[in-house]
Amino acid sequence: MPALCRDCLSEFETGTRCPTCRSPRVVSHDELWSLSIAHMDCDAFYASVEKRDNPELADKPVIIGGGRRGVVSTACYVARIRGVRSAMPMFQALKLCPDAVVIRPRMQAYVEASRQIRQMMDELTPVVEPLSLDEAFLDLTGTARLHGHPPAVMLARLVRRMRSELGLTGSIGLSHNKFLAKIASDLDKPHGFAVIGQTETQAFLRPKPVRMIWGVGGATQEALDRAGIRTFQDLLRWDKADLTARFGGMGDRLWHLARGQDKRRVSAHEPMKSISNETTFFEDTGDPDILDGHLWRMCEKVADRAKAKQLAGRVVTLKLKRGNHSQITRRQSLGDATQLADRIYRVARNLFDQVGDQGPYRLIGAGISDLVAEGIADRTGDLLDPNAGRRGQAERAADKIRNKFGPDAIIKGRSLR
Amino acid sequence: MKFSIERAALLKAVSQAQSVVERRNTIPILANVLIEADGSDVQFRATDLDIEVVDKAPAQVERAGATTVSAVTLHEIVRKLPDGALVTLTDDAATGRLTVEAGRSNFSLATLPREDFPVMASSEYTTNFGAPASVLRRLFDKSKFAISTEETRYYLNGVYMHLADSEDGRALRCVATDGHRLARIDAPLPDGAEGMPGVIVPRKTVGELRKLLDDDDMQIAVSVSETKVRFATPNITLTSKVIDGTFPDYSRVIPTGNTRKLEVDAADFAKAVDRVATVSSERSRAVKLQLDEDRLILSVNAPDSGAAEEELAVAYADERLEIGFNAKYLLEIASQVDRENAVFLFNSSGDPTLMREGTDTSAIYVVMPMRV
Repeated sequence: MPALCRDCLSEFETGTRCPTCRSPRVVSHDELWSLSIAHMDCDAFYASVEKRDNPELADKPVIIGGGRRGVVSTACYVARIRGVRSAMPMFQALKLCPDAVVIRPRMQAYVEASRQIRQMMDELTPVVEPLSLDEAFLDLTGTARLHGHPPAVMLARLVRRMRSELGLTGSIGLSHNKFLAKIASDLDKPHGFAVIGQTETQAFLRPKPVRMIWGVGGATQEALDRAGIRTFQDLLRWDKADLTARFGGMGDRLWHLARGQDKRRVSAHEPMKSISNETTFFEDTGDPDILDGHLWRMCEKVADRAKAKQLAGRVVTLKLKRGNHSQITRRQSLGDATQLADRIYRVARNLFDQVGDQGPYRLIGAGISDLVAEGIADRTGDLLDPNAGRRGQAERAADKIRNKFGPDAIIKGRSLR
Repeated sequence: MKFSIERAALLKAVSQAQSVVERRNTIPILANVLIEADGSDVQFRATDLDIEVVDKAPAQVERAGATTVSAVTLHEIVRKLPDGALVTLTDDAATGRLTVEAGRSNFSLATLPREDFPVMASSEYTTNFGAPASVLRRLFDKSKFAISTEETRYYLNGVYMHLADSEDGRALRCVATDGHRLARIDAPLPDGAEGMPGVIVPRKTVGELRKLLDDDDMQIAVSVSETKVRFATPNITLTSKVIDGTFPDYSRVIPTGNTRKLEVDAADFAKAVDRVATVSSERSRAVKLQLDEDRLILSVNAPDSGAAEEELAVAYADERLEIGFNAKYLLEIASQVDRENAVFLFNSSGDPTLMREGTDTSAIYVVMPMRV
């Protein structure tokens, strides 16, 4: 059975230890040299960056998250042992792990580290599909001749390089499609390397719960439960037609996934679907002026990002979270797509007024979706709002000033609230 | 309750009822139609709490009474019965079922008690007048395309029916707009309408009303209060709440200083717009109009899919002008023209454009241009 040492990268035939360097970190699999779809997932990415930049934290539980009231965005492995999980409310995390060092996210540092990793991945293949700052799919099909080594070796080299040059570790999942690669990267975390080959795909999946499927959230899970589908084994009993009839497009996908089939290509240019921003307040508030100020700032951020990406949206969304964490979302379609903060804000503000709830709220957010190119946005004026055109021009002028003199060179009074 | 009724009469009454019933509603009784048999008539009543329709049909009533039954199911059954069938409906209080019999077909439907059926509170109507169906049809048909679907501007989700001073004197006027286009339609003031409060008739009501207006000679009794509006024929009564909001002051929106005049055959124009717009797959397709000395060039340029151009002979004597519009908006207003040429009045490529039929000012349309 082909085997690979993840430390010295020697390729050999069998054995649990590397014949060259005696390392036990060996991965072996019958299809090791032929599989080429991979998923790379950094281990506790934000926390690892913090630990790297501040070695004193190395053996301490570290939680990255938004202040006292936010949620855990990343917990290091020390904190995870104590039961802290990402997306857990901060107060609960601190109850489980009172001595944790809580660090506010330093996005710039993470973006920089992510960019460096991306560069390393780009050297392996042109087909890299980033899912977020810390994970990506890679398709290395047909690169073996170019690199002189099969994909598995190049992936092991990638994580070795990440560790030596950036001080960050990642886990690799190697398989024959995206669905299985993503599952594999989670099997041997942290700093792992897991392989799922064609031959064992079915046997591997059969006893696994269907919630493993990426994209099966609460609602789908419930629907599957009602149909008596808990594991892939259950799923295999269903006809394709019955699944499609019951779950629509998702049903067809489930049928294929149950058989370990996933036709989605790793695509380097996945188009963006929406742009949104939200903020959790330091203290719950129902004060309309404060909320209005936050709403404006969120809309402005959304507009800034849309303008940077040369995109505009046909749908404006408002998101609110009450003190008790219940969530309200409202959306409005526009006849004419927009990327202007002024228009996004006015629609979001109308949506907010129609919610008609005094709060208090803990979070407010705004976003645009159904994205289109900016060239076909903001083209039709509003008969009932003749000043909209001039406000749009003012915003464009202010953008030019901010581009030249910095983001704070000119701001709306509204954003000071 | 037991009565027999001709299938066609029953179908007509029930189909009106089932279209008022909301498809997705959480209150079971609102899915039902209230059937009341008394004397020589049967009444079918349906509501979504905002609109109520009562349809009266002659029937042979054997036993008076009332019950409620699913409007959609009853409609489906009656629709599938053979033409000319005599349908007998019998309510069995003991089992709580309504039996529907026609020929050899027999159906038994679950009912809900009539007491649970919400009947719309009657209103004090301040204005009552009569208008021919053809007049109302013109007012609403020509304005409804401009109704907004934006729920955040709920006061635009209907047709604003009110009184106004037109060039031809006092008028009953309907206005609708979604901020991109506006329609303003006038009709001579019917007797007795003076003093009518302006009301915003909701989109759904406008749709239901249309079914009362097919017969040109039918006189429609219109009743209006601040909160409700009612349209009635001898057999059908449609009552609706009006939208509780203030319709914006549209008069400021209607351009008065547009001098550049284009005259074009509306049908030719609409066909040309439709043809050139084919090349673009965008949802908001922009058509560019280039005007020059009796010549109009329509063009669409969609970088991803292609380009199209068409020339039309028109009457235009002003200076050169280039202006863009949403193809859908142009098509919609052009299709409102039915007798004469369409007259467009432009100002600049950024200002609202006005369209009317010949010299007729009783129906005018305003449309916002699009940057191209």
